[in-house]
Amino acid sequence: MSDAAKLLVGSAVERMEDARFLSGSGNFADDLAVEGMLHAAILRSPIAHARIVAIDVSAALAMPGIRSVITARDIGDAIPIIPLRLAPLPEFEPFCQPVIASDKVRYVGEPIAVVVAESRALAEDALETIGIEFESLSAVTERGASETPLFDFAEDNVALRYDAGFGDPDAAFASADYVRTERFSVQRHTALPMETRGLLAEWNSLAGRLVVTGATKVTFYNRRALARMLDLGQDDIDLIEIDVGGGFGVRGEFYPEDFLIPFAARKLARPVKWIEDRREHLMAINHSRDVACELSLACRSDGMILGLRGRVFADMGAYIRTNGGVVPAKAAQFLPGPYRIPNVSVSVEAFMTSKTPVGTYRGPGRFEANFFRERLIDMAAMDLGIDVAEFRRKNLITEQELPYPIDGLVPYEGPTSYDTGDYVEVFERALKEIGWHEKRHLQGKLIDGLRHGIGLGCFVESGGAGPKENAALTLEKDGSLTVAVGSSVLGQGLETVLGQIASDTLSIPLDRIRVLHGSTTLLDEGFGTYHSRAVVMGGSAVLDAATRLRERISEQASNHLGRPNSELRIVNASVVADNGASVSFATLAAGGELQADGTFSNDVRTYSYGTHAAHVTVDPRTGAVKVLDYVAVEDVGRAINPAIVHGQAIGAIVQGLGGVFLDHLIYDDQGQLLNASLADYLVPTASDFPVLRAVTLELRPSPSNPLGAKGAGEGGIVAVAAATANAVAAALAPLNVEIRHLPLTPPRLWRLIKDARERATNAA
Amino acid sequence: MKLPPLDYICPATLTEAIAALAVHGGNAKVIAGGQSLVPMLAFRLAAPSVLVDIGQLPDLKSISISAEGIDFGALVTWRDIECDTRLAQVHPLLAAAIAHVAHYQIRNRGTVGGSMAHADPAAEMPGIAVTCDAMLTIVGPNGTRILRADEFITGGLSTVLEADEILTSIRLPLWKKARRWAFEEFAPRHGDFALAGVAAFYDIDAQGLAYNAHIGVIGVADRPMRLPGVEAVLDGRRIDADVILQAAAAARDAVDPADDIHAEAAYRRDLLGVLLERALARAADITLPEAA
Amino acid sequence: MISARPVRLTVNGTQTTVTVEPRATLADALRNELRLTGTHLGCEHGVCGACTVIVDGAAIRACLMLAVQAEGAEITTVEGLGSAAHLSALQLAFRKHHALQCGFCTAGILTTAHALLTDEPHADEDRIREVISGNLCRCTGYLPIIAAIMEARIAYSDVQCEAAQ
Repeated sequence: MSDAAKLLVGSAVERMEDARFLSGSGNFADDLAVEGMLHAAILRSPIAHARIVAIDVSAALAMPGIRSVITARDIGDAIPIIPLRLAPLPEFEPFCQPVIASDKVRYVGEPIAVVVAESRALAEDALETIGIEFESLSAVTERGASETPLFDFAEDNVALRYDAGFGDPDAAFASADYVRTERFSVQRHTALPMETRGLLAEWNSLAGRLVVTGATKVTFYNRRALARMLDLGQDDIDLIEIDVGGGFGVRGEFYPEDFLIPFAARKLARPVKWIEDRREHLMAINHSRDVACELSLACRSDGMILGLRGRVFADMGAYIRTNGGVVPAKAAQFLPGPYRIPNVSVSVEAFMTSKTPVGTYRGPGRFEANFFRERLIDMAAMDLGIDVAEFRRKNLITEQELPYPIDGLVPYEGPTSYDTGDYVEVFERALKEIGWHEKRHLQGKLIDGLRHGIGLGCFVESGGAGPKENAALTLEKDGSLTVAVGSSVLGQGLETVLGQIASDTLSIPLDRIRVLHGSTTLLDEGFGTYHSRAVVMGGSAVLDAATRLRERISEQASNHLGRPNSELRIVNASVVADNGASVSFATLAAGGELQADGTFSNDVRTYSYGTHAAHVTVDPRTGAVKVLDYVAVEDVGRAINPAIVHGQAIGAIVQGLGGVFLDHLIYDDQGQLLNASLADYLVPTASDFPVLRAVTLELRPSPSNPLGAKGAGEGGIVAVAAATANAVAAALAPLNVEIRHLPLTPPRLWRLIKDARERATNAA
Repeated sequence: MKLPPLDYICPATLTEAIAALAVHGGNAKVIAGGQSLVPMLAFRLAAPSVLVDIGQLPDLKSISISAEGIDFGALVTWRDIECDTRLAQVHPLLAAAIAHVAHYQIRNRGTVGGSMAHADPAAEMPGIAVTCDAMLTIVGPNGTRILRADEFITGGLSTVLEADEILTSIRLPLWKKARRWAFEEFAPRHGDFALAGVAAFYDIDAQGLAYNAHIGVIGVADRPMRLPGVEAVLDGRRIDADVILQAAAAARDAVDPADDIHAEAAYRRDLLGVLLERALARAADITLPEAA
Repeated sequence: MISARPVRLTVNGTQTTVTVEPRATLADALRNELRLTGTHLGCEHGVCGACTVIVDGAAIRACLMLAVQAEGAEITTVEGLGSAAHLSALQLAFRKHHALQCGFCTAGILTTAHALLTDEPHADEDRIREVISGNLCRCTGYLPIIAAIMEARIAYSDVQCEAAQ
């Protein structure tokens, strides 16, 4: 019914968001300022594990401009516990984090007190005067490092163990021609969004209502959690989402400050703002990755994979936070990847240490699992004398085998199947893009002092988590459209994408559409943005609402023009009848409310898939790696805005390369975080990885949603360690170096090369 | 990360500045570009009660070249050095080294005096100053003293500067035209502090033998330093592949770096040898057979 | 207590006076006193570049300069480059190339690029990359940022030609 010539879905339209960001008129958390606003700073534990004997805040309270110092004592006997949002397994509950430390601190950075002052600077001045008497306890910084349980009720430091799988792995391994077992690990790092977290909490004493601005990701869930903790009704709290300077999984989960700042605002009956500084960000926001794996592959001598066994060990940090065991569970689930492996067993061990708690970071578990598996595949192929590309081609699931069930790898999740795709075609495309056949002869070659290597990494990636999302569309009196959605913005261009979907359905130009998102004031219920779900779920909800609104508009127009629906067309924000009569949306809206709600429910996950390929050089004398070429090929089903999807892919590749070469949260054996500054926590800069390509394909739309979209935010990162580490390993294969552990920093590669040389010398 | 409470004085003359420092004793700190000091204040690793801003003092902003040497006022910025087209000719080693300093925005504010006074063991300017025997002019209440760069730096982030003294200028000796030289450093990312770095130069006599070899290193000890043992390997020799490998071996033996979060000690030691090989090969314009 | 003092500034062409404590950084003064919140603070220790503003023609990190040190200075912030309704050629190039996602680092990158291209309108790709390596972005992977700045060069060369005539 709408004008097909001008469809925006599928087109790389410029973003609606950009004008405000480019002109400096965005509205981020630290930009908030209201009358009477106070500023908070958090006193964080300087030691990893200790009993708190006494806290003396008297000097702080005596300082000028200090309004309050809040400790556990002020909160009461029952310190609220941050609930598990995902996978709420009972095993994890005793390990959940209290919103403030009362008798014990368990990691460097754990909140002990909140200072509220007339300015942030005064609050920081006061932090330095708070005296705390600690009774030091020994820190646990690695698996099995201590027999002493960190939690009194526990027998050991393992919070959760489970086994899962399908087929008969024991039989498969017993009958295999070839078996190899290796241990791998991915280092602890984090997402590092450019904007740190921040909140403004305003308490209205008269109304008994709380407004918290600066929320994101899962606002409705967080409102429920906060209401319980503050003993308020849900309706007494609004969580408002404004511009968000990057999320990547870490931002927007419920953190201690999401209670402490509203609590302070209510206690003082004053607006209180808290902006996390970068130093505290590095010790307070969720860390991630930090997974080790013992992985075994059983193959026939011709390279057919018969079975896989994986034991996943995850350092969860000091508490189990909202994401529960998602990181290790997904690391285990995605071990088989896009391959036909009939017999699989996985086990997960989630253990506690004295470090910052972990949570999800873009491609949680997948980045790790793909690295583990793709490395072992290269080792196996090498052992069996099979070309690594041929080995993969032989084992990739074919289109005829789809949908391909991979049930039973996550005990708390129902059955799931890889949905649609042509894994082999996308794999071949990646080979073509990187020039595999032309460049294969470079593997391990030393040219001008640099060793060349080309590596591959294949993946499947789930997205579109249910259960549902809601949207509400309103045609305003001026004929413009307001879209309200429960999905959250994390800086990914969601306004534009949802605007495109609404625009096409209703034939309203993009510049007449306003997209509101995330805030609990917009809808009765929303589900937020995680697991690459915003377009799949939110987009489908907007499509549903737009379709319903279009019907209502047509009905109104039919009455107005006196023509039947069948004779009406919607063209450029007007309804035109076959007889030439027309009425504008504005006229229709002026005649009465035109509004429609939409919803999309779905428990079927989408599975995007693809292959990454990297060509690197390694300077064997310094350990320096240069990425000469990198290509990521992914089938996302449907790209609503190809430029945005491409941007997601390129940005994710670079974040992934940071995870391979740079990002590393380094602890000493006392549990001290040694690099809580951006001078020492290194992330990629513009000069590090200049040559990258992303190829987005739309070969097989998702059958699970009307848009055909599969999540597109994470496929760019999930195979980066796999492809890059394989490339580095290929470059160093002549030196008998194997890559098993990230990050691949120059000193660590140098050490591997040196040790391999010494082994060779000793053997000779 | 707000700065601790502090007062601020911006004197108009050097005498006033020194008087202000003297009044506040050890509680005052000199600020110029602030590119090293302000981060330390932000982390509250330093908390002076007063900052004495020397940014408005006259006569400290120029680069002048005379028969005595090349004089840099303490307030000369990295950007000033980058834009001074004379320096690529009159001191190519300095120009090459300074290209590695930090990033664009820092280079617009960071000063040579600030870098010397901060004395980071991996910083380029102190490395060049030590390598080239720069002479530093220090002014205090009792007058002026002039020290060689290696006497000025006394350890990691520490110098001989008294609380009431100001480093006003740095003089690099004139550069010989036919001098052989190279600068090599290796950092995790462009603009980061080096994991190790080498500044090297020597002159060639009529017989084609090296003399006056200066080999300075950064990032491998608590301060920049010359390696006299390595210089001795080079002086009086024709610089060929053998000599270069001997020099690199001597360099590895001469240093005793520490482990830190960025690299183990053995890496820095070996890296230094690799960088010295590459620097000397480039200086001598020869190609070394690359091992591995 | 150390008293606040007046600092005279010209910001985006307008003369103004802010009254700040000596410990206030230029970034804090711009954001809190003048409410020019387009300049963002990403680290407050001189690494991320989000707070970059142009002081007397030079791009600097506003978290590493005290406001009192800017006495008498001419300052350009992102708000001075162009408004939402009238974006500059540089800003338009950023929009065209999708050179921003969350928009948090964007102001610092725009001011850096503006200073660079004003001085060096013919900067090549390597130079642009080197300069932008002082600004962290976690969303874009930098490629579209470099492409946008490359494209915007022509606008700055034109300005130079006009000035020369």
